[in-house]
Amino acid sequence: MFYWAAIIIILCAMLVLYRAIKGPIICDRVLAINAIGTKAVILIALSGYIFERPHFLDIALTYALINFIATIAFQKYREMGRLD
Amino acid sequence: MDHSSIAIIIVGILLFLGCFLIFVASVGIVRFPDFYSRLHPAGKTDSMGQAMILVSLMIYEGFTLATIKLIIIVLFIFIVNPTATHALANAAHAGGVVPWRKGEKKR
Repeated sequence: MFYWAAIIIILCAMLVLYRAIKGPIICDRVLAINAIGTKAVILIALSGYIFERPHFLDIALTYALINFIATIAFQKYREMGRLD
Repeated sequence: MDHSSIAIIIVGILLFLGCFLIFVASVGIVRFPDFYSRLHPAGKTDSMGQAMILVSLMIYEGFTLATIKLIIIVLFIFIVNPTATHALANAAHAGGVVPWRKGEKKR
């Protein structure tokens, strides 16, 4: 059951990867990477259940944090030209 | 852990709905004509899709420490995903991205 969900999510991530590659402007690419990031969080949580490893959920939470910070850092750099 | 058949059915249905929503979000991100219109599936359906899948994991798990972690992940992404897409739209607008008009070529 979880296998099928993981496979479908991987295929959806590939769909979004197409937008990441083709996206005319930079913001499309950041949008696609953000979407792939949330899919990665779900994949980590699902694989934690498939391989009977409960501590994968901590990794999923950490990756959700990192994914958000990456998106916000990009926009701050784009708006202000520097990060400090 | 033995699972009553009801729990398995509920988990199956929620997983299916979650995967369907995520598939819809992915197709929306690919096919929509403009950057701003692509923000809608990315921000909304994506966060709802992951919530459904993680809730189905919670139901499968019962009430243990892992469920609390899952609740934290779901709440965090509910708050974070719309914020990220809002900031993205703000940066794009400041960067001078013009919204798409009907009849224009797909951007």
